[in-house]
Amino acid sequence: MSDDPRTMSCAEFQAQLPELIGSGADLSAHSHLSGCALCQALLADLETIAEAARQLLAPVEPPDKLWEQIESAILHGNATSTR
Amino acid sequence: MTSASLPDESEPENHSAKPATVATAKSGASPVADAVLIRAQAGDHHAFAELYAVHKRRIYSLCLRMIGNSTEAEDLTQEAFLQLHRKIGTFRGDSAFSTWLHRLTINVVLMQLRRKGLQLISLDEAMEPSPDEGPGRSFGAADPTLSGAIDRLTLERAVADLPAGYRLIFILHDIEGYEHNEIASMLDCSIGNSKSQLHKARLRLREALRIPTSQEVQP
Repeated sequence: MSDDPRTMSCAEFQAQLPELIGSGADLSAHSHLSGCALCQALLADLETIAEAARQLLAPVEPPDKLWEQIESAILHGNATSTR
Repeated sequence: MTSASLPDESEPENHSAKPATVATAKSGASPVADAVLIRAQAGDHHAFAELYAVHKRRIYSLCLRMIGNSTEAEDLTQEAFLQLHRKIGTFRGDSAFSTWLHRLTINVVLMQLRRKGLQLISLDEAMEPSPDEGPGRSFGAADPTLSGAIDRLTLERAVADLPAGYRLIFILHDIEGYEHNEIASMLDCSIGNSKSQLHKARLRLREALRIPTSQEVQP
């Protein structure tokens, strides 16, 4: 296994990806990435998925009746019960 | 990592806030949020309603995306807030209030998954799919690539099909926006584990959302 990014294989680079992405580091200048179209495409796809999740899957509003049910349960002393 | 480390079901009932607890509890958000939290801990019903209004969307969405059924998601959201009402006096501000509430909610969701008899026995198992379930790697070969624009329904379906552990991390990080250190605190796992599971979740989604290769396209 190579620790030198210039001679790193795709497997070695991708094994480090969770930590590299999670660290928030700028990977555009990574030596392996700059010369590997395969890993460039992988990283681009993963970034697309994360961005799509942020943009498309917004939090959903619960129905208004839910608070009424919760409030009723609290007022009737059901907050101490478990399902 | 197990749900046993989440807000403890065996904690003593606490219907009224203890002064020492109230004095130190912080929401982790703002002074105004801190004041609302302290009032709620002291039994102020209006303050509790404010807490519900602030957190209801994220808690309901977490339940909905983990369970996939709006009726059950409403039941679980109700259960989470009833447990919150019962336990809010035990919150001491060791973590952000939102993180603490999410831990409580995750515990409620996991209990429901067990109740439904799903194979999810613990989050440990959900977080560690068997090797043949893991996302495939294709070193040295042309990887499948995304089809470009991703539509919401397709993405929602793909997220719903993720194994529960992957799904939970993906929801918390990529949808709800929590950092890995916060997720590690919620799930009592390492930060490295959170990063690793998120990466596997994204790889699995990439596989689900990819363009079929020419060999896969039916004539």
